[in-house]
Amino acid sequence: MKGNEAIAEAAIRAGCRHYFGYPITPQTEIAAYMAKRMPKIGGTFLQAESEIAAINMVYGCASTGRRAMTSSSSPGLSLKAEGISYLAGADLPALIVNVQRGGPGLGGIQPSQSDYFFMTRGPGHGDFRIIVLAPASVQEMADMTRLAFELGEKYRMPAMLLADGTMGQMMEPVELPEAEIDPADVVKGKPWAVTGTQMKRVHNIVNSLYLKPDELERTNIERFERYAKVEKDECLWEEYMMDDAEICVVSCGITARVSKNAIVEARKRGVKVGMIRPKTLYPFPKAPLMAAAEKVKAFLAVELNMGQMKEDVELAVRCSRPVATCNRVGGMIPSADEVTEAIVALAQK
Amino acid sequence: MAKLTFKEDVCKGCGLCVSVCPKKILALSKTKLNKKGHSPVELTKPEECVGCASCALMCPDCVITVER
Amino acid sequence: MAIVFDKPKALTDAHLHYCPGCTHGIVHRLVAEAIDALGIEGRTIGIAPVGCSVMAYDYFACDMIEAAHGRAPAVATGVKRSMPENVVFTYQGDGDLASIGLCETVSCACRGENVTIIFINNAIYGMTGGQMAPTSLVGQVTQTSPYGRDAKTQGMPIRICELLASLDAPAYIERVAVNSVANVRKAGKAILKAFRTQVEGKGFSLVEVVSTCPTNWGLTPQKACQWVDEKMIPFYPLGCFRDRE
Repeated sequence: MKGNEAIAEAAIRAGCRHYFGYPITPQTEIAAYMAKRMPKIGGTFLQAESEIAAINMVYGCASTGRRAMTSSSSPGLSLKAEGISYLAGADLPALIVNVQRGGPGLGGIQPSQSDYFFMTRGPGHGDFRIIVLAPASVQEMADMTRLAFELGEKYRMPAMLLADGTMGQMMEPVELPEAEIDPADVVKGKPWAVTGTQMKRVHNIVNSLYLKPDELERTNIERFERYAKVEKDECLWEEYMMDDAEICVVSCGITARVSKNAIVEARKRGVKVGMIRPKTLYPFPKAPLMAAAEKVKAFLAVELNMGQMKEDVELAVRCSRPVATCNRVGGMIPSADEVTEAIVALAQK
Repeated sequence: MAKLTFKEDVCKGCGLCVSVCPKKILALSKTKLNKKGHSPVELTKPEECVGCASCALMCPDCVITVER
Repeated sequence: MAIVFDKPKALTDAHLHYCPGCTHGIVHRLVAEAIDALGIEGRTIGIAPVGCSVMAYDYFACDMIEAAHGRAPAVATGVKRSMPENVVFTYQGDGDLASIGLCETVSCACRGENVTIIFINNAIYGMTGGQMAPTSLVGQVTQTSPYGRDAKTQGMPIRICELLASLDAPAYIERVAVNSVANVRKAGKAILKAFRTQVEGKGFSLVEVVSTCPTNWGLTPQKACQWVDEKMIPFYPLGCFRDRE
């Protein structure tokens, strides 16, 4: 199954019946899959007039307590930023998929991880975060789709699947969850949802406007208390050959897969190297990196941008160890050999 | 026979009701200020009110209840 | 004696924040009266815009959502597609609907979404202090057209009803005004009809309400009502532009 299709099918099995999107390469398979499936299962597929409209349809749908999603690629996220900020400000859960391509501007259509800063710092105006998951296999595309819905609802915040174009286009065997979530169940336990008062309660208001500064301050602080829980409890990462490692590669998505091959190769050349692969980019797994900093002499961030996650690694280890980069941009992907050479060079420094 | 009741403190003294009263029996108070500092509307000749509700219809703030 | 006129139940007890004589209050009441008349408050979801009526969510007793500037029709679409049995309406001003949200407005109408849009056209941005709106009249002095709107450089005002009436999908489009007792009565009927259109599943309905902004027009509320007759209605003729029975 293609990565993009795995996302779509996993979303349906997670009880999502409402997809709003706008065509953009390289994620269009998600929309195409939804267009085929949703009408057959009583769901909604709607091709919106714009990315802006699509995210605002998600906002409306999420307000009713449904599992709503949209998907796009980098340039589309610039447009969705407004709606994501409103989702965050109104404490609404929703799934946003970003299958990244090269930028800035129109950029290209080949894989990239250049939206790392944009997505992990709260993509939109105002002080907020969203949960950001970084799949590195088609299996994770599926698993993390369901997880994104669950975490988003648990903490009442938008959640993102941040994949690179390779993940979207890659074909791999995948095991989808057999237990499907009933869409009727996902609306339960959401007393804040606007579903009509039925004349039985005071009206619910989904809103992000607070004209009194002390109230707005309070909502921001409350939100960041939730984020603190997210950072404490929801970090996910994978450690690979870290037991005796002296060099620690840090990478996610396709470059983490390339790095695994490079690590095996570098070990054949006598370099003790391992990898920490963040599976959540927000919350960023700072603790395992900090722990690794006690043992390794340097880190190597392998990424498809000019060095964005590198800065998070530096922050995580408080710059206690040097963090080098091995990166390609514009849609280029480093080969295993390139990464191996970077590892060996770093070890020899 | 008609009766008007005014939620005086909600009135903003805009005078739209005054301008549409066919009997010309509404006026903004010359002596009173309400909680919000507006001169509220008053019925000058209650006995002449026919309860047409034109005033209530033009009122942006639902100040007036009309009984007939 | 019986009560023949009182505040509708679909309005909360909150005091409206609008300026004295602003006709937003009249339109709020007409919307609430329509909700009462159809007995739909418990299943209605309203969507407030950005602009003077941003806090409409406090005034309507039904469930409410506050949308980003101009995006109410998209938000309404998301709500309606989730809950087709519910009644969904947006309440939007001219800057919100006819400028920044024009794409969302036209697309929602074009899809024939079964929602109701109440569009307040008072030819100015009220909330931000009186800037030129897409519907400001030629020659109209505003903060951002201090020498009067110049058609050569600032273009002509947009007529939303006529624009949307060029589409096939909408079921009901009407332009009304609220500057006189007779016009308020007609506006009430149109708004009720718009909601009924939705309840009956006929599709997209929009009522444009030619309104006043005494504060930013620099006129008394009474003079503002006259200005609607003298200036606004000649350019924005009242009437029904689509009625798909």
